[in-house]
Parts: sequence; C-alpha cells; structure tokens
Amino acid sequence: MRERFRRFIPSAVRGVIVFLLAIPAALADWEVNLMEGVTPISRDTFELHMIIFWVCVVIAVVVFGVIIYSLYAFRHSRGAVPDTSMLHSTKMEIVWTIIPIGILVAMAIPAAETLIRIEDTRSPDLTIKVTGYQWKWHYEYLGAPDDAFVKNNFGFFSNIDAASNAARQVDSGIDVYEIEHYLRNVDKRVVVPVNRKVRILLTSNDVLHAWWVPELGGKRDAIPGFVNEMWFLAEEPGVYRGQCAELCGRDHGFMPIVVEVQSEDDFARWVTEQGGAAGGGPEVVVDAGGAMTTADSGDGGAGSSAAVDMDMSFDELMTRGEAAYLTNCSACHQPNGQGLEVGGFPALAGSAIATGDLAAHVDQVLNGKPGTAMASFAYLSDADIAAIITYERNAWGNDTGEMIQPADIKAAR
Amino acid sequence: MSHTAEAHHDDHHDAPTGIKRWLFATNHKDIGTMYLVFSLVLFFIGGAMAMVIRAELFQPGLQFVDPGFFNQMTTMHALMMIFGAVMPAFVGLANWMVPLMVGAPDMALPRMNNWSFWILPVAFSLLLSTLFMPGGSPAGGWTMYPPLVMQTGDAFPFLIFSVHLMGMSSIMGAINIVVTIMNMRAPGMSLLKMPLFVWTWLITAYLLILAMPVLAGAVTMLLTDEYFGTSFFNAGGGGDPLMFQHVFWFFGHPEVYIMILPAFGIVSQIIPTFARKPLFGYDSMVYATASIAFLSFIVWAHHMFTVGMPLAGQLFFMFSTMLIAVPTGVKVFNWMTTMWKGSMTFETPMLFAFGFLFLFTIGGFSGLMLGITPADFQYHDTYFVVAHFHYVLVPGAVFAIMAGVYFWLPKWTGHMYNEKLGKLHFWLSAIFVNVTFFPQHFVGLAGMPRRIPDYATQFADFNMISSIGAFVFGASQLLFVYIVWSCVRGGEKATQQVWEGAEGLEWTVPSPAPHHTFEVAPEVK
Ligand code: HEC
Ligand SMILES: [Cu+2]
Repeated sequence: MRERFRRFIPSAVRGVIVFLLAIPAALADWEVNLMEGVTPISRDTFELHMIIFWVCVVIAVVVFGVIIYSLYAFRHSRGAVPDTSMLHSTKMEIVWTIIPIGILVAMAIPAAETLIRIEDTRSPDLTIKVTGYQWKWHYEYLGAPDDAFVKNNFGFFSNIDAASNAARQVDSGIDVYEIEHYLRNVDKRVVVPVNRKVRILLTSNDVLHAWWVPELGGKRDAIPGFVNEMWFLAEEPGVYRGQCAELCGRDHGFMPIVVEVQSEDDFARWVTEQGGAAGGGPEVVVDAGGAMTTADSGDGGAGSSAAVDMDMSFDELMTRGEAAYLTNCSACHQPNGQGLEVGGFPALAGSAIATGDLAAHVDQVLNGKPGTAMASFAYLSDADIAAIITYERNAWGNDTGEMIQPADIKAAR
Repeated sequence: MSHTAEAHHDDHHDAPTGIKRWLFATNHKDIGTMYLVFSLVLFFIGGAMAMVIRAELFQPGLQFVDPGFFNQMTTMHALMMIFGAVMPAFVGLANWMVPLMVGAPDMALPRMNNWSFWILPVAFSLLLSTLFMPGGSPAGGWTMYPPLVMQTGDAFPFLIFSVHLMGMSSIMGAINIVVTIMNMRAPGMSLLKMPLFVWTWLITAYLLILAMPVLAGAVTMLLTDEYFGTSFFNAGGGGDPLMFQHVFWFFGHPEVYIMILPAFGIVSQIIPTFARKPLFGYDSMVYATASIAFLSFIVWAHHMFTVGMPLAGQLFFMFSTMLIAVPTGVKVFNWMTTMWKGSMTFETPMLFAFGFLFLFTIGGFSGLMLGITPADFQYHDTYFVVAHFHYVLVPGAVFAIMAGVYFWLPKWTGHMYNEKLGKLHFWLSAIFVNVTFFPQHFVGLAGMPRRIPDYATQFADFNMISSIGAFVFGASQLLFVYIVWSCVRGGEKATQQVWEGAEGLEWTVPSPAPHHTFEVAPEVK
C-alpha cells in the first residue's frame, strides 16, 4: 500500500502540472471531438453531431447571454427596482414553445434519413458473424460457393494482445506508455476489403457485449440468443480500433477490436491463407492458443495453424498449454493459478479437480459448470484443451506429472 | 435540532425524548431531518466510492483495485447516490416543507411516514453488507441487466431485497405526499395557488407511484429466474434478456424526472425570492411540469437505441425524446424572464440556483444530442453519457438540494448560516464540478467507453484532470457539513421572513419553526 502511495504522489504532482498546462496546451493534440470516421454512415453521423452541437451553442449563447446580462443589469446593489407587472405573457409562452418545435423538426428530418440508411443491411458483399465471449471476440466469415471472396466458412478468436494483457495486471510494474496501442491491440485482427459493404451479424455466448469501432460508425449490442445486424463500408484502407462498449463483467475493459481494411487483392490473399477460398474443403480450425504463440501480434496476417492431433511431447504440451491458458483462462483463474476471491474464481493451484481425477478435470473444461461463470470451452481445439489441462496439472506446484493427449480429448467429447 | 430549546406553545402531549424521539418519530419535521441526515451520510458513502473510481482512473494502468472491485464500486456508487442520497434528500425536503407550504399541521399519514423512513437504513445496511461477502457487492451496473447480473455471487438476493425495500419506502413516502397535498391544504389554497415546490412534488409523487412497482416487478422476475427456474430473461428458456431492459427503463426514465422535478420546484422558489419578483408564467410552469411527467413514460427506449429495435420503434423514441426539450425549454425561459427586470441579490441559495440554471442546461444540451439516434449510436455507453447524466444530477439535482438547504436552513434552525463560507462552498463546488465532468465529454467523444477500470493512453490527460476535479469537489463537500453543523449549533438569529423577498406560508411561522405548526389552519386569500 505504501509503495502504491509513493508512486501516487509523483503522479499527483504531474497531474497538477498537466492541469495547469491544460488550457494553453495545444488543444489540437487532445482529442476533443467525435471522429469523422471512414464510412458514409460515420460521416453522416458526424455531420448530424456537428449540426446539433452548433444548434445547442447558438441556443446557449442566447439563453446564457440573457441571464448574464440580467445578472449584471438587474442587481439590487445597482438600485434595480423589480418590475412586478411582468408576470405572465401567453404570447411569449407560445413563441418559446413554437420556435424549439421548429428547430427540432428541422433536426429530426436529416436524423431520420440517416437512421433509415443505417438500418438498411440488404445486399452485403461480405458477412461476418461476430460472437461476444467473456472476454474476447469470435469472428466467423460466412461463405458460399458463389461468394466473391469467401467460399468456405472460417473463423477465429480475437483476444487482447499479450503485451497489453501483461501490462494491465494490477501493479504489473510495466509502463503502459511503452506498450504500442495499449488495450487497443489484439492477437488477431478482423480483415475486410475496402469499399465493400460488410454486414456484421452480432450475437453473444454469455452476457451482453457491444461491438464498436468509432471510425466505422455506431455500435450494436451482442445479445445471447438473438442476432443483431449492422453494416459498414470502409472507404479508406487502414487499421481501425475500438472495444467492447457494454458492461460484460470483470474484464469488460479488456476486449479490444481491431479491424484492418485492405485492398481487395490483399483481402483475397488473406482469405486464401485462412482457408476460406478453396471450394468444398474442410473447415479450418484456427485455435486461439496457436495464435498466441505464433502470431506476430498486431500483424493480423498469420496466426492460424491447423489442428494438431498427433501425439505431443510433455514439453510441447506445457509450452502450448501455458500460452493457451493465459489467453483463455487467466482472466478468471489468474496467471499464477491462484484464482480471485473477490470474483468467486477458485484457485487451480492445489485445487481438488486440477490435482485429482483427470476425467473430472476434462469434464469441467469441456462442459463448464452451468450457473457459474465457468463456461464450456468445448469450442477450443483438442490440442489446446489437452495442452491447457496438462499445463494446469503440472504448473504452480501441482506437479502431478500427468499429461493428456489431443486424441483423449477427442474421445471425451 | 435546536428548536427543542424554544418555548413550546403547544406541549399538550408528552413527546418522547432521546433516541425514542427519533425511533418513534411521527412529526414531519423530525422525520424530514432524519431523511436529510441520512441522505447526507449516504452522499459521503457514495462519494467515497466515486473517489476510489477516480483514483483508479487517475492514470492508465491498474494501480489500486481489481477490475471486479472497480465494477462493484461503479454499481454501488450509483445505487447509493440515486436511492440513498438524491431521492431521500428530496423526500426530506418535502417532509419539512410541504406541510409548511400548504398550511397543514403535519403529513397526512404520520405513522406510515415513520415506516417509510426507517425502512431505508435497513435497506442500505443490507446492500452495504454485501461489500464484505464472498464474491463482493453487485458488480453488474446499477441497471442490473441480465444475464450479467445473474453472475452476482451471494450478494444477489440482498440486491433484490434491498431494491424492494427502497421501492416500498418511496411508494409510502409518495402516497403520504399526495394525500397531504390533496386533503390538507389550508382553506383558500386552491391547486393553482400552491407553491411550485408543492406542485412539482405532487407530480413527482405520482411518478413514483407509477414507476416504482414496475422496478419491483422487474427485479422480482430476476429473482425467480435465479431461484425458481423461470426464464423471463433467459433466451435459453424462451425468454428475452431485452425485455428486462424495456421494463427497467419504463421505470428508469420516470426515475430520472423523479430526481429532477423537485429540483425544478426548489429553483422556482428561490429565483423569485432573490429576484424580488414573482415567478413568471406560473401556470405554464405547472403545465410544463405535467407535460414532462407525461412524456417521461413514452421515451424509455432512448436508453437502449443500440439493442437493435425495429426502425419504427427507433423513430418513435427519437421523436418523443426530442419533444421533451420543449417543456424543459419553457421552464428555462420562464426562469430567465423571472430574473429580467428583477432586483437581484446573490446569497448562497441564489448562487446555487444559478449554478443549477447554467449547468443543468448544459446537461440538457447533451441530452438533446443523445436523443438523435444515429449520433447516439456513437455516444451510447461512452463517457459522453457519463458527463451528460452527471451534469443533470450533480450541478442539477444535487445543487438544487444544496440551494434548498441553504434557503430553508434558517427556518429550520433559527440561525443564519455563515454566508462567507456558503459562498466559498458554492464557488469551490461550481468550479470543480466542471473540472470533473466537462473533460468527460471530450474523452467520451474521442471513444472512451464507460464502466472501464483502465483505458488506452490517448485518454490519459483528460482523465487526470477529471480525477483532480473530483478530489477537490469531494473535499469541498466537507465544508458543507461544517457549515450546516455550525448553523445548527448557533449563529446570527434568523427573522421570521428570513429573506427579504420571501413569500408564502412557510415564512409566516417563527424561526426556528416550532415543533407543531398550523394547528389552526391559516386563511389563504
Ligand atoms: C469467466 C471466468 C472463467 C474462465 C475464463 C475460466 N474459468 Fe474455470 N472456473 C470459473 C469459476 C467461477 C469456477 C468455479 C465453478 C464452481 O462454482 O464450481 C471455475 C472452476 C474451474 C475448475 C474447477 C476448480 C475446482 O477445483 O473446483 C477448473 C479445473 C477450471 N475452472 C478450469 C478452467 C480452464 C481450463 C479454463 C480455460 C480454458 C477456465 N477454467 C476458464 C471461472 C472461469
Ligand atoms: Cu464485452
């Protein structure tokens, strides 16, 4: 505690200085307005935002102007005498009812037009199903044999990148300013083609989430059991960042979204790499653990690796298991396996299940525990699950010496 | 209160003293005092939670608390402030002032009045006890959206039960106020002669009676979903998680006006007093209040534009929301015209009323912006929203409460408060409330979501300013406690009328107001 306090004092001093410098400091560097964005909808929205903003400014100048003038002119100390004949005026009441209604109607028309366009999700060029999980996103590109880009479905998880994740732990000791795109970076990006209408189908696996990239336009909620639609058409290639916008539990602040808009050729190449181009081939499983270890985070390209189902060595399992554990389980059970009492997340170090019956352990991970935050992780690959379980049974002093192979997981499903 | 020291012209029944005076209180003034003290305590508990939040957000990275605990703090801060600080403060003011303003000897239902107060400490003790439970306090947001709220640990039934108790307390308080106003007005006080504070409270009371049972229904369905196998909000069982949001906000939007209409009432008492000129457009103020109350029941879904409603629904709620700006504008214009050609002085209550007028209007502007659905798709669940509702609630509702306290304190205690310190309190509050909340508009527009314990580095500078503002604002409120405390203890004697421009029945009783007032009904011409 004292240690924290000592770090707090210099930053408090820094805060005061920042505050004193704040007003003259070049406000241009400080983001103070909505982003205009790169889609027709985001631009229209920006325009609506600016119109209504200026309407408010004008009304404010008039109203506050009158009040401030009265404060000055009608002071008792200046000998003002109250004019008590002014008590009511139906004419004035009508005027200041009608004028605002006129302004509002003038605002409502362009707003309604934009809204109608936002809701028109028909005839997309690409459809991506986005599923919110506590606390990561899953993207599935929906394909069809006659689709221009995607012939086969393929999908992947997108987690917060390892560097941000390490730095964001309480008292991590890591300077977050050293991390590139701190909290706004992922291990695997969503890639879409430029100038194409992309439809997003949104749903959730557990609680509510909301998918939001400001530069692509507004947000939508991801709701379990329901599918919501939204669309965007990005007009400029680039990388656009956002994050989950609906409170979804402990790590709500740590589920970023990164969308990379590429030229059509680059996008087609990327789809091929993901296995989404060849017609009729087997669905490729892209596992999150593999992505953690092999993807150059932020690169958005590689990161896929086909499911492994041959036997793995103990060391292979442990290395892969650690990475996959950190990606999928550590948010609750903590990187050191000690769990988190405030959240009701049990320790796995020394736990009855992680050191006891192997089948029960496999069952817990494959099927979860209904009614608790422990969800089913059956969607992970056999190799990842085998690696995670092996890791959990041998890390943090759990030294059971036991290991389990992907084939055993497959059998247990 | 010090009026026990005053000569009682009316000590015909032996009033209990000591703790019993408060436990078994049926006197509207005693109960009003208890409500006000209670709300002040809760204001500081909720404020302490806000300090934890702002300390964690002081700079990027996690320095102090676990993200789960951070969510507990945001959730509890909101519950404490809404149900524990703002609402009881208004009920306290109503208890004290409504009978005095309508010339009634007491509230109509004094024993129920006792109940509706004493339920509150029980409800909040239950809720606060969850901080010490395994799994901690509720952390799913004060809006209690399922499915997330279902992940609350042992605190879950405590949350539901305490919300039920708060609702019962509010409903009983509201019924009491309605009955008092309807049946106990002094002869000659027709409805359209009532002071605006009484009018706004009458309308607020109806909102409470209509809205609170809806909340009770919603949380009861959560309870049965959790423990009795129903699936109201569980898509897996054929339910709909969105239905909760609709039901919740059908309560929640009127709730917003429950917290602001009495504030309108207080400001409408104070501005004419210090402008030495009656309120401009009294009738239209009453009609505007009633229109706002009606509209508040048909705009609820503007809190949930992003859930994917049908286009027609979104259009309807956009238009109805924009309409609310009209009666709200009427009120602001009427206050403005009341000051025009007045003769103003700037004692502390008037300063707070001015603070209210300016800053609440800013909150109204951001509200208008949020009502534009396409723009809301960008603003929703960002700090822009946080800035908006804190502008209408802190320099809005809370400033109005403080204005009311300074305004009526001499009547309650018989002493004038320290005017110099009162003004200092105002300026500290007014400056730092803006330092706290204005930058939140910027970070919100720039893309910072609300309810996050840590943020990307581009939001750091404004967050630091906001935290500094919050620390100073929080500390300044200790000054308020000191001012009130020393005013209770002593000070310059207050006259019966207290303020030169004050008009109304409450200023015709002595200061401090004796324990029993208007035992013989006054005649209103
Ligand atoms: C969203 C939070 C969360 C995540 C993520 C999570 N768990 Fe859990 N886990 C829980 C909770 C809560 C329990 C306790 C359930 C209960 O009440 O029995 C639990 C229990 C367990 C147990 C049983 C512990 C014991 O001894 O009782 C095991 C084993 C386990 N989890 C493994 C995993 C693995 C492996 C992963 C990653 C693939 C994982 N968990 C991810 C929340 C989580
Ligand atoms: Cu989320």
